[in-house]
Amino acid sequence: MTSTYAVLSEGLEKRFGEVHALRGLDLAVPQGTVCGLLGPNGAGKTTALRLLTTLLRPDAGSARIAGHDLLRDPAAVRRRIGVTGQYASVDGELTGRQNLQLFARLHRVRGPAERAGELLDRFGLTEAADRPASTYSGGMRRRLDLAASLVRRPDVLFLDEPTTGLDPASRNRIWDAVRELTADGTTVLLTTQYLEEADQLADDIALMGQGRVAHTGSPAQFKAVIGARVEVVVTDPDFLVKTAAVLDQLTGAEPSFDHERRAVGAVTRDGTLTLPRLVRELDAAGVPLLDASIEPPTLDDVFLRLTQEEERAA
Amino acid sequence: MSTLAHDGNAMLGRQLRRIRNNPGLLVLTQTMPITMLLFFGYVFGSALAMPGAEYRSFLVPGLLVATAANGLMTGMFQAAQDTHRGVMDRFRTLPMSRAAVPLGQAGADLVVTAVGTVPFLLVGLAVGWRIEGSALEAVGALGLLLLFRFATAWAGIFLGLLTRNEEAAGQLGGATFILPLLSNAYIPTEGLPGWLRTLAEWNPISAVTMALRDLFGNAPVPDGAAWPVAHPVAGSLAWCAVLLAVFVPLAVRRYARGER
Repeated sequence: MTSTYAVLSEGLEKRFGEVHALRGLDLAVPQGTVCGLLGPNGAGKTTALRLLTTLLRPDAGSARIAGHDLLRDPAAVRRRIGVTGQYASVDGELTGRQNLQLFARLHRVRGPAERAGELLDRFGLTEAADRPASTYSGGMRRRLDLAASLVRRPDVLFLDEPTTGLDPASRNRIWDAVRELTADGTTVLLTTQYLEEADQLADDIALMGQGRVAHTGSPAQFKAVIGARVEVVVTDPDFLVKTAAVLDQLTGAEPSFDHERRAVGAVTRDGTLTLPRLVRELDAAGVPLLDASIEPPTLDDVFLRLTQEEERAA
Repeated sequence: MSTLAHDGNAMLGRQLRRIRNNPGLLVLTQTMPITMLLFFGYVFGSALAMPGAEYRSFLVPGLLVATAANGLMTGMFQAAQDTHRGVMDRFRTLPMSRAAVPLGQAGADLVVTAVGTVPFLLVGLAVGWRIEGSALEAVGALGLLLLFRFATAWAGIFLGLLTRNEEAAGQLGGATFILPLLSNAYIPTEGLPGWLRTLAEWNPISAVTMALRDLFGNAPVPDGAAWPVAHPVAGSLAWCAVLLAVFVPLAVRRYARGER
């Protein structure tokens, strides 16, 4: 049933000299869905994307993209994909319009000028259309990058950290564009550092660690795994251990120390711990509390928790 | 092949649009050979045994070819610069001919060279250089010049893709200015010691320079020259064929490989 998957990879490996960047990447992205590839820096996300978009050749393994074999028929794969990322961008010395016309021409789109005009309009770039792309703001540049990947509607769109460093308004525009595309049946594989982005866009998340997919699941499944991040700052460093004991009791997770800031952190198993209860318990234990907070987990928290659980299970 | 023509044409358009958007560099590179013609022609010319006007006639074909050989430097620098542009990887993910990107660069370089040759020739005419052969021969000379430029541009593109480093390419490219110094571009080779003369006359620049002097009717083939200079047109065509046969496939393969 390979045809139901827009991206299907098995055991993809890639070495760069000593560095084993990918150690067997298995991915299965059903057609018409959005898959979020998450993971800390160095987990192999970008390498994975570069392999799947024909920019790098794997040392081992195989993959099919939109039904075409990545290694045997890269030209057919290139006809079906769109790629946007820090590496696959636009020509800064050309204007936005010239860029889109060039890519439309290379994609054999009929009426490249009209297509460029449509896309500029759709991404709110008409006013800046005749300025060199190098003068664009970060958000405009990213929109132009995305528009350039859509001159012909791709079957599979690869996005490498599409919103990193963007303000919320620009980020929302990119998200809206991705949602529109998937509504039209395009499959999207995106890498991101932000759990929230995956939460907003992805049907499935693949969490990468050390060159392979460590966990897969829906955003809801991921959130169920992890609660919130608790941090407590005390006035007297002598109380750090006692604070840690209280946090251990409340969260059931191993606390981590930040001696410089006189802080203890821990990640809860669920979302039931409230701030008043945390403060009451610490106060009852006689901890000289300076600050306490409960925040949504970061991707690192999720990753740490999942790897900790793996170690415990082993 | 039609894919290559279509994509190559699109990439040629890209390069020419980039130059049009940013013409400052173009003006700078085009004034360089004119400055050299005036400098060499009047400063060095006054110190040579050859009369000044005769030396300037001798120098015009030499500088044309020396400037054409700069295709090596320009090609190298641009290709190295381009490897760091994000757009290169987008090209590699597009369903386009793998040869189109280097072809577009070499093609645009050719157009720029052809246009830049005009003001240089006008200054040449002003300082006493003349076309003394037939019009057909003069057209042949210019064709040969452009063919040589096209060949050196491909060699430069390959080296640029190989170094992938703008600074290294800039340094290496700067060093290419010595190539015409070891040829007949600025001086007659007859006066050189035997081994040095052989070396200079096997320099591709010498064959093409001699071909231009011959076709423009500016100077006769010297006695006892090495084969490429003794048969300058055939020698030039052979050099261009060798350069293209070696560097076109190398550059295309290197480009297609990317960072694998």
